[in-house]
Amino acid sequence: MNIIELVLLGLLIICGIATCVSRNLMVSLIIFMAYSVVMSIIWGFLEAPDLAITEAAVGAGISSILLFITLKKIHDMRKEDGHEAESEEKEQLL
Amino acid sequence: MKQNPKKKNSFFEHLREWDEGNFDLTEAAMGELHPPRPERKHQNMDWVHHHLVRMEAREVSFFEHLYPFMAVILAAAMILFLLVVVSEMPAFGRADTPTNTSVVIKRYIGNGLEETGAVNIVAGVILDYRAFDTLGESHVLFTAAIAVFILLLQEHDEKEKQQDLRILKNDLILRKTATVLLPLIIMFGVYVILCGHLGPGGGFSGGAIIGGGLILYSMAFNTGNLGRVINMRSYRIIVLCALLSYSILKCYSFFCGANGLHTIFTTGTPGAIFSAGLILPLNTAVGLVVACTMYGFYSIFTKGRI
Repeated sequence: MNIIELVLLGLLIICGIATCVSRNLMVSLIIFMAYSVVMSIIWGFLEAPDLAITEAAVGAGISSILLFITLKKIHDMRKEDGHEAESEEKEQLL
Repeated sequence: MKQNPKKKNSFFEHLREWDEGNFDLTEAAMGELHPPRPERKHQNMDWVHHHLVRMEAREVSFFEHLYPFMAVILAAAMILFLLVVVSEMPAFGRADTPTNTSVVIKRYIGNGLEETGAVNIVAGVILDYRAFDTLGESHVLFTAAIAVFILLLQEHDEKEKQQDLRILKNDLILRKTATVLLPLIIMFGVYVILCGHLGPGGGFSGGAIIGGGLILYSMAFNTGNLGRVINMRSYRIIVLCALLSYSILKCYSFFCGANGLHTIFTTGTPGAIFSAGLILPLNTAVGLVVACTMYGFYSIFTKGRI
């Protein structure tokens, strides 16, 4: 176990905790992507290149994209709700 | 939608309020037990009601204080349990562990190259000895895609399409980066699929890489071009043909106890691209299913259709 692996494992723990702790969902997702990348490098060090490629493609790529899209959809929904609330207030004022 | 146009009191409304911080899930749970009371406009509220309200408030705050402690205790117990399990595990790479003494493993590692012809033993195991498991995995992915389609497929909306184009167009950095990176990504995905039996990789990871490339194309450029190639009809044809060809190629082996037929797909010389029997076509089939399904997920999530 050389120093690079120790640093990577420490980074993994930090990323895992930061994903849970961070308040902003966007930041949380980006840290989760970093977690996947670090994990794929660790798979490479453990001589499991199959898993490394799959982790990089699925963990850091596809699942993060799907989570980002979900977040965008939630924000859109919030915006729509906000507009509706504003128009409702205007109606009440009128 | 028409019954509840403002989405008042809906799940998303609650989720939004909870995210903004002025709504408490514990209060919601209490509110279902005791439906919310009207605003106290009248000062002559009777004493029993007042007492009940105070009791509820006290209960809610009690649970509010209890939850973090319980969460910390649960997490600590879980960490302790996992650490104990890790300390009981044998050392990495020891000779007398089941992973090194098992007869099956010895067979896989000792005779894998002769019997399957795959230099990458993992590919030999998952697509020759255990090909039935991989077929099940592909079907799990296909079933998941069907479930997502059932949930999210919706009628084409003109307004939504315009909005999509407005958001996705005219991002110079994304477009230039995609122009440079896309050929490399797609080519790497094809390489990973086709050389799955020679090196690390295989159908699933290569398919995921190609799917990621397709998603990048769809994000950076006009989505109409890709929609002409991969639409609902071609998606169905590709995925069904891939799954059917997988099943047909391996059905003899499934029914006859993993004994392969002596067909044109021979084991060949290890290391050549056309070797390792059926692994190359099976990898291609799995890769097609995964790539199309990943792009389908993205397309359904963003536009509600493929």
